[in-house]
Amino acid sequence: MEQALAILDGFFFAAGIFMLLSNSLIRVLIGIAILGNAVNLLIFTAGRLVREVPPIIPRGAEIPPALIANPLPQALILTAIVISFSLFAFMLVLVFRSYQALGSDATDRIGDAEPRDGVKPPVGY
Amino acid sequence: MAGTSDSAPDLAGALVLAPPLPGDWLVIAPVAGGILTGALLLMLRRYPRLQAPIAIGFLLALVVITGALLARTMATGAPVVMTMGRWLPPYGITFAADALGAAMAFVSSIAALCVAIYAAGSMTGSERRYGFFPFLVLMMSGVCGAFLTGDLFNLYVWFEVLLIGSFGLIVLGNSRRQLDGGVRYALLNLLATTFFLIATGYLYALVGTLNMADIAVRARALDDQGPIYTITALFILAFAMKAAAFPLNFWLPASYHTPATATSAIFAGLLTKVGAYALMRVLIMLLPVQQTAFADAVIVIAMLTMITGSLGALAQSDIRRILGYLVISGIGIIIAGIGLAAHSGAVAPGDAATLRGAEPAMAGAILYSLHSMIVITGLYLLAGLIGRIGGSFEMSRLGGLYGSSPLLAGFALILVFSVSGLPPFTGFWPKLLLTRAALIDGRWWLAAIILATGLMTTIALGRAFAQIFWRNAPQMAGSTGEGDTDPTALASLDASSDTGPGADIVAVAISGTDEGTDRDSPAAIFTDKTAGPVPDLRPASLIAIAILVALTTVFGLLPMPTIAIADTATFLLLDPSVYIRAVLGGAP
Repeated sequence: MEQALAILDGFFFAAGIFMLLSNSLIRVLIGIAILGNAVNLLIFTAGRLVREVPPIIPRGAEIPPALIANPLPQALILTAIVISFSLFAFMLVLVFRSYQALGSDATDRIGDAEPRDGVKPPVGY
Repeated sequence: MAGTSDSAPDLAGALVLAPPLPGDWLVIAPVAGGILTGALLLMLRRYPRLQAPIAIGFLLALVVITGALLARTMATGAPVVMTMGRWLPPYGITFAADALGAAMAFVSSIAALCVAIYAAGSMTGSERRYGFFPFLVLMMSGVCGAFLTGDLFNLYVWFEVLLIGSFGLIVLGNSRRQLDGGVRYALLNLLATTFFLIATGYLYALVGTLNMADIAVRARALDDQGPIYTITALFILAFAMKAAAFPLNFWLPASYHTPATATSAIFAGLLTKVGAYALMRVLIMLLPVQQTAFADAVIVIAMLTMITGSLGALAQSDIRRILGYLVISGIGIIIAGIGLAAHSGAVAPGDAATLRGAEPAMAGAILYSLHSMIVITGLYLLAGLIGRIGGSFEMSRLGGLYGSSPLLAGFALILVFSVSGLPPFTGFWPKLLLTRAALIDGRWWLAAIILATGLMTTIALGRAFAQIFWRNAPQMAGSTGEGDTDPTALASLDASSDTGPGADIVAVAISGTDEGTDRDSPAAIFTDKTAGPVPDLRPASLIAIAILVALTTVFGLLPMPTIAIADTATFLLLDPSVYIRAVLGGAP
C-alpha cells in the first residue's frame, strides 16, 4: 500500500513542479497548492500505513495491546494543512492585487521591483 | 486520569512531574509574550497612538528576557530546557535555548527594538493603522521561536509564523513595486519552507522522531546512512533558499528594497540569519555523519554567494539594493564558516579532541551572524535616513549630506567600516577567525575570497559614502528651490519612493482609502540640499542607529564577551552530548 501511495505522491510532485514552472502566477499558485498537498501525503505515507486502530490503551494496561495507528503524522499534517491553507489564501489575494496593480500575471511582464533600464552606478566622483 | 482507576499507571515514566524552575519560563516567554502582545496590538488597531509604545515596551522586555536567558545558559553551560505539556522528551515538544539560540534571539531582539524605535519616528499613520507593529511583534515571536525550539517540526511552524508576519510587513503600503517584490518574496519563501517540510517528513520516516536531541542520537546510530544524504541535500536546499545563498539568491535583491525602510531593515537583519541558523543546527548538530560529504559543496556555494553578493553590490546604484547584495555576501561568509566546520568531520559525542579544527570556523560563522544582524539593520536604517534627508535612494541624485548631517556621516562611516570587516569594529573579528580557519584547513583560496569580498564591500560602500556625503549635491532639474520639510511627504518617501522624480509610482492604498494620494509625488522634495534647510531628523531615528553603532563599536573594541558566547555555542553545536543530556536527561 505504501508503494502505491508513494507512486501517487510522485505524480503529485510532478504536477506541482510542472505548474510551478509555468509563466502565469495563478498557475504557479496552483502548483504551490498541489505541492503542499503532495507533502501532506508524503508525511502521511512516511508515518506508515496501518488500519484504523485508535491509539487507546485499555484500563489496567500500560501499553497498547496491538499495533495502533500512528497519530503523530496526522497531527503534523493537520498543522501543515492549516498553515498552507492560510498562506494560500493570502497568496491568492496578493497575486490578485498585483494583477490589478501591475496589469498582468505573466512573470516575464511584471518587473516593477527591478526595472531593466535602471540607473547605472557612478563610475567617477 | 490517575484518580479514576485503582491501577494508576506510573506517571513518572511518561511525564515530567517536577514543576519547572522559575528560570525555565524564560525560554517560553519570548514566544508566548510575542503572540499575546501581537494579539493585543491587533485589537488596539484603531488606536494608532498606542501601537508604538506597546510594541517598544514589549521589545524592550524581550531584550531583557532573552538577555537573561543568554546569561543563564552561559552561566550553566547547558541549554535551558522546557517541555510542553509535561510530556517527557522526545514525546513532548521541547524548547531548548542553548548559547547559540539564546544569543541569536538576544541580538535579534536588540535589532527589532531599534527598528521599532526607528519606525515610531518614521511610520505614516496608515502604516500604523494597517499593522506595522503587530506584524513586527508577531514576526519576532516567530523568529525567537525558531531560535529557541528544540523540535524540528516546531522549527518549521516557527518558520511559517515568521513568514506570515513578514508577508504582512512586506506589502504594507501597497505600491506597485511592493506588490511585485512581495509576490517574489512570498512565492520563493513559501517554496523554501515546503522543501523544509519535505525533508522533515522524510527524516521522521527514517528516524521516527522530531526532537532535535533525539534526532542527533538516532541519526548517528542508524545502520543505513544512505537515505539521510538525500535528506541532508534537501535541508541544505531549503535553508540555502531561506538564507539567499548563491543559486537561490535572486529573490532577495528583487524584494528587500521595496517595503518601508524599517521593514527592509528587520528583514535584512534577521530573516536570512534564521535560515543560516537552521543550517548550522541541522547540518552541524543533527547530521554530523553527512556533513563531511556536503562540506565541499557548501564551501563552493559559499564562495559563489560571496562573489555574487559583492559583485552585485558594485553594480547597483540604489543604496538599498547595494545593501541587499551585501546581505547576500554576508550570508556567503556565514556559510563559508559552516562549510569549513563541516569539513572537519563528524565528532563522536564527548570527543573533545577532534573539535579543534572546526572550532574557529564555527565560532567565526556564529560571530558573523550576530555582527551582521546588528550592522545590516543599522545600514538599512541609515539608508532610510539618507533617503529622508536627501530625498532619494539613488546615488547619482544624492550628495552633500555631510554638510546636512555630520553626525549621520560619522555613523555611516562606522557602519561601512564594520560591514567591510575593518578593525576596530565587530566585522573584523569573525573575519579574522574565518580567514585563520581557512588557512589552517589549507584552503587559502577560500581565505582569499573572504578577504576579496571585504575589499569589494569596502569599494562599493566607500564609493557610496563618497558620493552621498562628500560630493557636492547635484543640481536637480525641477527643483522647487526650497526645502520641503513636510513630515508626511518625507516619511512616506520611506515607504514608496522610486528611483526618481516622476517615476510611475501608483500607490494604491489597501481597501481603497485615500492614504496613498500623498505618496506619488516625491518630486516635490528633490531640491538643492546645500541651499534648502535641512529636514529635521527625528531623534527617535537617530537614537535607533546610535544604539546599533554603539554596539558594533563597543563589541569591536571589547570582543571577548561575544567570542566567549560564540565559543560556548560552537562547543555545544559540535559536541551535542551536553544538549542531548539536557533535553533527554540521563547519562550521555
